[in-house]
Amino acid sequence: MENDPLTIGGHEFTSRLFTGTGKFADDRRIADMLAASGSQLITVALRRIDLGGKSHNILDFIPKTVTLLPNTSGARTAAEAVRIARIAREAGCGPFIKIEVITDTKYLMPDNYETLAATETLAREGFVVLPYVLPDLPLAKRLEDAGAAAVMPLGAPIGSNRGLETAPLIALLIENCRVPVVVDAGIGRPSHAAAAMEMGADAVLVNTAIATAEDPVAMGRAFSLAVEAGRMAYLAKMAEESRTARASSPLTGFLDRIEDIV
Amino acid sequence: MSFIDIVEKYQHFDFEGFFGQVTDRDVVCAVAKEKMEPLDFLALLSPTAAGHLEPMAQKALRLTVQYFGRTIQLFIPLYISNYCSNQCLYCGFNRTHAIERKTLTLAEIECEAQAIASTGMQHLLLLTGESWEATPMDYLEAAVRLLKRYFASVSIEIFPLDETDYRQLKAAGVDGLTLYQETYDRSVYRQVHLSGRKADYRYRLDAPERGARAGFRAVNIGPLVGLGEKRREVFMCGLHARYLDDRFLETEIGLSLPRINPAEGGFQPAHPADDRTFVQFMLALRLFMPRSGLTVSTRERAGFRDRLIHLGVTRLSAGSCTGVGGYARPAERKTAQFEISDQRSVAQVAQAIAAQGYQPVYKDWDLIA
Amino acid sequence: MIRVTINGKTESVGAGTIEQLVHDKGLRPEALVVEHNFTIVKQPQWSRIRLSEGDTLELLSFVGGG
Repeated sequence: MENDPLTIGGHEFTSRLFTGTGKFADDRRIADMLAASGSQLITVALRRIDLGGKSHNILDFIPKTVTLLPNTSGARTAAEAVRIARIAREAGCGPFIKIEVITDTKYLMPDNYETLAATETLAREGFVVLPYVLPDLPLAKRLEDAGAAAVMPLGAPIGSNRGLETAPLIALLIENCRVPVVVDAGIGRPSHAAAAMEMGADAVLVNTAIATAEDPVAMGRAFSLAVEAGRMAYLAKMAEESRTARASSPLTGFLDRIEDIV
Repeated sequence: MSFIDIVEKYQHFDFEGFFGQVTDRDVVCAVAKEKMEPLDFLALLSPTAAGHLEPMAQKALRLTVQYFGRTIQLFIPLYISNYCSNQCLYCGFNRTHAIERKTLTLAEIECEAQAIASTGMQHLLLLTGESWEATPMDYLEAAVRLLKRYFASVSIEIFPLDETDYRQLKAAGVDGLTLYQETYDRSVYRQVHLSGRKADYRYRLDAPERGARAGFRAVNIGPLVGLGEKRREVFMCGLHARYLDDRFLETEIGLSLPRINPAEGGFQPAHPADDRTFVQFMLALRLFMPRSGLTVSTRERAGFRDRLIHLGVTRLSAGSCTGVGGYARPAERKTAQFEISDQRSVAQVAQAIAAQGYQPVYKDWDLIA
Repeated sequence: MIRVTINGKTESVGAGTIEQLVHDKGLRPEALVVEHNFTIVKQPQWSRIRLSEGDTLELLSFVGGG
């Protein structure tokens, strides 16, 4: 929506759907997906090249107008995440960085402590830091204080497509954070994305659900519509259930004879 | 960032224009909301919302019981000095008033503490005028250390301090800070605070934030209702509470709406709020800040306070004396800061609370040093 | 020949510049990020840095990731 931009780290986004480049069957579909979804920010990862194989450059499939969000995947400590972030910036990826520090290989849960430490360092170095975290309010406030440009709580484990399992905790972040809240990971269907936006999330980041759909281009478009619908509903301030008061005034009726009250 | 930014944001807001456009539907919608935005809150402060007090009260009661249960926390103020270098038009301690001035010695404070403790009160609010000569930091610290021997909780309602001073008092045992801005309207602020350190609006405005940063467990704020345009004042105070609440998760933010009572000097408030409007304001605050404590002092009369128990209030003072040294020696009650309306004893107030179906709480917590 | 560590593996390469190494390995320069002894070397500098015995090189590129 044109009049409702999202600002992160001084950059304005008119699309609140962030996407990722992982798991595409054919990376050439990424450009089409971006065009169809209107997504203006996409994640990439940094890896050692395979010296035997042929290297291809994922950046070839991303239009220059789309903001790159390199992630620190592979990092197991804050120090490793910091190193990857610096490399990504030196490589010309811009100031954005998604901090993703994962020590648990079973559920791929982010390590909130290492993530906070990396955020502190990188924010000081001028990065636009988007930490990927478990939705924990005191942590989110610390990330804010450390200079995070947004917080990215997970809805469900990475790639699980299970939706907003952490919704009540994310709601606390939305209610209390000054920086944008971007729901990352777990969003498996457009309706999940719409629900996150209805709740008041500032954006959602969707990778697996788009990349692994049979038609990732059409799915990108579907997510974009869902995000827009959810955002519109949030802004339109859904009518909430209202309790009708009883005709009598048991609590405030005394005000009609207030002179008698000493 | 300071709350001053938000004060400035609303400096030229057209409050009258906004109130003129608030419809009944706007009020109904605002009441129904789970999380109210600032303008929803303002709608509840509008004259239009005066016609919706019962549904507001129903929800306020539901929220209050949800977050606080049916309990009322009791506290008692202790004035240890009425020396003051300020000249606040509405205050009995105004330095130009020819009242008897007194600062209690530590021995006298101990007598007061004993008299108060015998009523069962465990939460004490320590008050002074503003005088760095009469009540310097080392005196305040010693007073707090002494009082901590008698009370579970000692809060302060004294002149604003630097963060380091707050830390020092926290270390001495203070766990709560009450500091009323009096008025958020800067021009009114200038008009009623003629001289003294208190004339510094900004230093006072930022003090609750300094207190929160210093680590006080509770910070209580409010306007002195009657000084500035009342709806605007309550609005800014609500925003101030939310500002603090958003930034200091570890601090309980409390609110109070003290109404001007006659004090020495016969000050006439320019914007008095009648009881109905006062109730509307309390309800609006409860709906806007569902988890914040709401305090009502003995400035309000007994029968009215009893009714307010069902309308969002969570803390009441009781058995209060606003003169210096008046607990141990009732003859000292003549030099009050303001006039007390609810003259009941602690036991009587506790009884009244119980009669309303609520539990009076003398001791909500105890800081283990 | 000198011995250097590339992406964690020690191997023998011809003594020369980073640029020559990239060429010898048949790597596409535009897709490549080079870290030489823990310092990023931008592409214009590749021809100016000569490899020495015991150097550590990380050759990285951007890949798909979420």
